[in-house]
Amino acid sequence: MDSNIELKNENILLSVSSEILKSITDKFSNRIKIIYDIHNRSKIMVEPESLVETAIFLRDNFGFDHVESASGTDYPKEEKIEINYHLGTYSNSDLLPYVLVLSTKVDREDPKSNSLINILPSVELFERETYEMLGVYFIGHPRNERFLLPEDWADIPPLRKDFRSKGR
Amino acid sequence: MSNLEEKIDEAKKLSMQIVKETEADRLMTLSVGPQHPGSGHFRFVIKVDGDYIVNVDPDPGYVHRGHEKMCEYRNYFQNLPQLERPALHDSSNILYSYCLAVEDLVGINVPRRGQFIRAIASELDRLVYTQYWLAIYGIFLGHSTMFMWPAGDRELIIDLFERFSGHRVTHCFSIPGGVRNDFPYNFKEKCLTQVNYFEKRLKEYEHIFYNNPLFRQRTEGVGILPKEDAIKLGVTGSVLRASGVPYDIRKVEPYDIYDEIDFKVQHMKTCDSFARSYIPYLDMIESCHIIRQLLDKIPESGDVRVKLQGNMKGPPGESFKRVESGRGALGYHIVSDGASRPYRVKISTPSFRNLIALSYLLVGSKLGDMPSIYWSLNYWPIEADR
Repeated sequence: MDSNIELKNENILLSVSSEILKSITDKFSNRIKIIYDIHNRSKIMVEPESLVETAIFLRDNFGFDHVESASGTDYPKEEKIEINYHLGTYSNSDLLPYVLVLSTKVDREDPKSNSLINILPSVELFERETYEMLGVYFIGHPRNERFLLPEDWADIPPLRKDFRSKGR
Repeated sequence: MSNLEEKIDEAKKLSMQIVKETEADRLMTLSVGPQHPGSGHFRFVIKVDGDYIVNVDPDPGYVHRGHEKMCEYRNYFQNLPQLERPALHDSSNILYSYCLAVEDLVGINVPRRGQFIRAIASELDRLVYTQYWLAIYGIFLGHSTMFMWPAGDRELIIDLFERFSGHRVTHCFSIPGGVRNDFPYNFKEKCLTQVNYFEKRLKEYEHIFYNNPLFRQRTEGVGILPKEDAIKLGVTGSVLRASGVPYDIRKVEPYDIYDEIDFKVQHMKTCDSFARSYIPYLDMIESCHIIRQLLDKIPESGDVRVKLQGNMKGPPGESFKRVESGRGALGYHIVSDGASRPYRVKISTPSFRNLIALSYLLVGSKLGDMPSIYWSLNYWPIEADR
């Protein structure tokens, strides 16, 4: 009996996630790429220009109202920095366990990306941290400045791959 | 006479000049922390106008140790002891989601008995953490009995940890693939005895602390965080549930065997400091129910872990897993490039997510309400700084 209920829920979720991905691809067609769609997790890659537009679309149509996490990953070989927003929802009861990773890749030499602070206020501290740790400048964020690191920190952003910890 | 009048006039003019004050004169800047016992290892700069707080600037980072960077130099198993450091007294939970993420990445199925033992350790750690937090909350609201009682009762549960893991606080018990070792002989009875005793004590906690009129006056109606703003700010755990959103990872996305366990997601609609401090208490009661069910349902025998290679390689890809820790949703985002070390580890801690609510709640409230609001956020600076 219990297992039946679970199966139903999973089916509903899978259909919802595919529905979301389908409507996004319908709306943004070429500008969006689906990286994976596994159980309760999906990842989409957008161009930096359409990041804000996609976030607004996801918030208004599917109720993604906060970020679970936002971070960056350095890829020196591709000369890119990937920014990931793990979007979650509290208000859409169909999607409670679902996390959608909205990601974009910016240039490593001059990393700049539009801030999502006006769409999802919960990114505020995460973006500040990403600015400090990876050196990505968030356009529209009021405080791209020192946050967790010591005040006298004078080195490259520490989560870049070319930063080496002492003794390692 | 005329001379004197002139002098009085001059004095009046001068005094007018002295009394005339600017806004900058009126505001006073206070730096709270980072070595102040009332803030933990965390600094925030507040500006007060008389008794009212007009501006708050949180400045975390005093205990930042770069755990995310350290992860990139160590393999998946060497990461365990250093990853439990950010939340020492909740180490089962902070490792739980790391283990889930690694298992998801590599594709490991944990044996059923291992899953139960892991869940019991996680619930016991929730009790240990909440008691520690309650002790600090009590002493900062001037209630020294509430410092003594939980701090003493916490030892009993720490003793349980010592019995089955060999360590008191940082036990590094959950590992990818299961748990380090099985429960010792006769553990079930010991654990039940402690939990039964602790449940009795919980009633006394409520009687002496939560029903105390002084405590109620200091917390009720203080630091209101409405439901809409809680959702918008993306807060989590007891802060979110105190604002009327029944969101618990154990319920909405059950991991391991939590879908077989019957428990309530405690939430309140008053949105104030009292609700935020009462939810962890209700969670402790639920934890006791959960532990009893887990001990009842645990398989009598079986493996507790899958044997894995020490320098296990993670296939290229990424995973994001969350658990409900003592403070809220704790998630790990692990990126792997196929090596035996993770390429990138991002820890999304509940304390860091709840920090955004601090300036929201403090601005406009009285300076005297600061401890009651700050500690009700269930904030743990070391975990937020990582």
